[in-house]
Amino acid sequence: MADLLLEIGLEEIPARMIAAAEAELARRVEGLLSRQRLGGTKITSYSTPRRLAVRVEGVLAQQLDMQEQLTGPSWKAAFPDGNPGPAAQAFAKKAGVAVSALEKITTAKGEYAAATVQRAGQSAAKVLTDSLPQEIGALSWPKTMYWRSNKPERFVRPLRWLICLLDETVVPVEFAGITAGSVSYGHRVLYGDRLVPIHRPADYPAALEAAFVIADPAARRHRIRKALDAATRALPEIRWREDEALVEQVTHLTEWPSIVLGNFEPEYLSLPEEVLVTVMRDHQKYFALEDKQHALAPHFLTVLNTEVDSAGMAIIRHGNERVLRARFNDARFFWNYDQKIPLSARVEMLKTVTFQRDLGSYFSKTESNLLMAKALGGAVASQGISFEQAALEQAVLLAKTDLTTELVKEFTELQGIVGGLYARAQHQGEAQGEAAAQAIYWQYRPAAMDDPIPPTLEGRLLGLADRVATIAEMFAVGLEPSGSKDPFALRRAANGVIKILAESGLPVTIEGLESLALETLPRAGKVGGFLKERLDFYLREVRGYSYDVVNAVLSTGLTTVADAIARAQALTDVRGSEDLAAISMAFKRIKNILRQAEDKQEGQSIKAEDLIEPAEQQLYAEVVRVAPQVEALRAEQKYPEALERVATLRPAIDSFFDQVMVLAPEAHLRRNRLALIASVLSDFSRIADFSEIVAS
Amino acid sequence: MQQPYDVEVGAGTMSPETFLRVLDPRPFSVAYAQPSRRPADGRYGENPNRLFKHTQFQVVLKPPPVNVQEIYLESLQAIGIDLRQHDLKFEEDNWEAPTLGAWGVGWQVMLDGLEITQFTYFQQCGGQDLDPISAEITYGLERIAAFLQDVDSLYDVIWTDSITYGEVRFLEEVQFSVYNFEQADVEKLWEHLRLYEAECQELLSRANQQPQELSVAEQRRFPILPAYDLCLKCSHLFNLLDARGAISVTERVGVIARIRNLAVGIAKVYSRMIARESHG
Repeated sequence: MADLLLEIGLEEIPARMIAAAEAELARRVEGLLSRQRLGGTKITSYSTPRRLAVRVEGVLAQQLDMQEQLTGPSWKAAFPDGNPGPAAQAFAKKAGVAVSALEKITTAKGEYAAATVQRAGQSAAKVLTDSLPQEIGALSWPKTMYWRSNKPERFVRPLRWLICLLDETVVPVEFAGITAGSVSYGHRVLYGDRLVPIHRPADYPAALEAAFVIADPAARRHRIRKALDAATRALPEIRWREDEALVEQVTHLTEWPSIVLGNFEPEYLSLPEEVLVTVMRDHQKYFALEDKQHALAPHFLTVLNTEVDSAGMAIIRHGNERVLRARFNDARFFWNYDQKIPLSARVEMLKTVTFQRDLGSYFSKTESNLLMAKALGGAVASQGISFEQAALEQAVLLAKTDLTTELVKEFTELQGIVGGLYARAQHQGEAQGEAAAQAIYWQYRPAAMDDPIPPTLEGRLLGLADRVATIAEMFAVGLEPSGSKDPFALRRAANGVIKILAESGLPVTIEGLESLALETLPRAGKVGGFLKERLDFYLREVRGYSYDVVNAVLSTGLTTVADAIARAQALTDVRGSEDLAAISMAFKRIKNILRQAEDKQEGQSIKAEDLIEPAEQQLYAEVVRVAPQVEALRAEQKYPEALERVATLRPAIDSFFDQVMVLAPEAHLRRNRLALIASVLSDFSRIADFSEIVAS
Repeated sequence: MQQPYDVEVGAGTMSPETFLRVLDPRPFSVAYAQPSRRPADGRYGENPNRLFKHTQFQVVLKPPPVNVQEIYLESLQAIGIDLRQHDLKFEEDNWEAPTLGAWGVGWQVMLDGLEITQFTYFQQCGGQDLDPISAEITYGLERIAAFLQDVDSLYDVIWTDSITYGEVRFLEEVQFSVYNFEQADVEKLWEHLRLYEAECQELLSRANQQPQELSVAEQRRFPILPAYDLCLKCSHLFNLLDARGAISVTERVGVIARIRNLAVGIAKVYSRMIARESHG
């Protein structure tokens, strides 16, 4: 048993790609060892900005010898008259055995000549030297580059060194012009050009640590979190704002992390928090700090890729503070500059901002949004839901104007938010000012499934109108997403529609949205099918309902999204019960019988006098009794109770199918029975199509 | 070492010492300071960290030595940055210049949170795939000076013992901001753009009609370098129009494509000339 180490030394890998690459390399090495029968009991992977590494314990030094049976020509061709012909000679030669050693085997295709050969196992070193370069080269990167003359290979960044060790022996793996050795490198500044010899794989993490590199990203992450906590403890009542994504990012930007706490002038706190945090987090990768009330405090934490004494600390703090001050100054400059032209005067400027080539500018997009919002608002108001009509209209009118501001040009991730902040500043004291500002601020939320929906009705209506109009207009000019291609993020827009409908409980159906768009917009495609697809996705992936429950609920025609959720929940609750399983089976059977029956009996009336068997009389009586009860409960959206009632049909249905032959030879009996089961199906399938339920 | 190029450019990359030289398969390395004009970045001298015109120190290494990063770090030490007292990171930043049909892969180098250098492995230039690859290292000189001198405003950088950067350059920043944002005559700018473009295209079409059998000496006389100057003029006029707010987002893509066509055409002719020269 041997211990394997592979280290790939690179110029700095982009932070966003490291975690996936580390995992992929481990997977590839593991896969190679197992395909090559080289064992491997424990795999450990490492990564820093300058390296990816894998250590595998329990690797066999040698593949086991193997017997392999090779299949040759058909027996008849090889031994045409019982004696070996030229085909047999050629095959034996190729396989490296005597002709007399050929055997007859029988396969599904007939009789063939076969040869059993011994394959001597190769050494692990040989296999790795031959195969590892391919595995390294096959790593998938979002973006690659050339660096060597004649461009022999593409990789994420230039390769600088390789280590491949089996215990203490170097395996001369070669990739990108570099042959593996046993020497690594430490931290660029703290350890410089000095070599880091690795004597055996087990030494790897400790040897690197002595060279100021923590190879294990989990250990770096832990160290960063502890250092963030420790640095914050110096400030009473203050803590760092949790930001998992940022912790992840700085973990992959550092080999030897430490922390510096910096400050900024409290006067900058008069800038909106959103702007300050964007500058700190997105542009400078600083952690923001907050007080007990979650208000921003005038400090920041930055993660260094080095370790310095207190003099160095002061220099680095000072440098970072100066950069941040400059950035905040810039933001303040843009903020003040933008105030010279109020949002209301920017509507006209939207004529020069393209929304989409075939759909025109954001000015015409705003016109479509106004139409859509008006229609949607009307539909909602007619259901007795009240909101500030004037605020909604103002919000829709101004929603896109922040695209013309310098602040959004500088911080594109703040679109919508900047519009909301400007609207609040510019329309303070106006009746609808605050409600409109809120709606503008929230218009792009939810941005993802775990993101909240707008808190106000006006915000929700703006979000719905904007997205539905976008989807309908894009569909009208043939820009439906296909496969993995969704350049206008229409799926995300539709997911937002579903989430807003689901969580707001607004009384709007998907069909309703489709017809509003078709009736209102100058050009619109049909959005119903697309939205329904996203609802299906939402119910399964976000709400976690099983696919058969979702199919059952969505097969019955749509009410509102919230109602579909209520039905899916009720159905899920009874899904495991025996009664429901039996009813589901019976409904499947009914569907099959009806499908096979020549003329469909739906809508045919049932003639009570033709019900002659007791079981069919009983079923009929039950249907007549229970159907109105279920219908009443359904109308009140009391789905659990309604389903309970449906379940009471089970004995009658069971004995019907036990005792009655539906497809009776007598035409009138047959027709009557078909009509009976058709009415069972139609009367009780309004909450869900039970036949979709799969027995568990 | 080269002198700064004397036609307006937005970046050191646009000097022919970079743009054309990287197209040539022969090894070549060069360094020069390059005043870089970006009209839209003007702030009337009011913003301490943004300039209409800043100076880049441009280094091109073709092919890049294997220890190019280490050499770069030594250059920082050489100008007085003791790396043991600072925090240095190479963060992914892939450079792209759509008007030049050029892009590369690399990093922004962050020193104590300040971007001091753009480090790029050029992959394509003028739409041509490059081989060998060049490493391009672009230092932001004003920023580095302010950093070394520990001043908050670029205008406070000490220029000589008794004169600040502001005293040398402030008025230029104010006046060019006024011109670029307020007074440049949009119609005339468009007209200039059209004229320079037409002249450049005319040269390109002549280049493409040249007979194959031209001698190297004859071919060498063809004014492709002036054609590139004309393309640079177009690029600068585009930047002016952009700063002036005269280009709608819709038009933008089209104008960028017009200039890229010139750059791509020039790169093609230039590459062809080099190929013939090395064969002839």
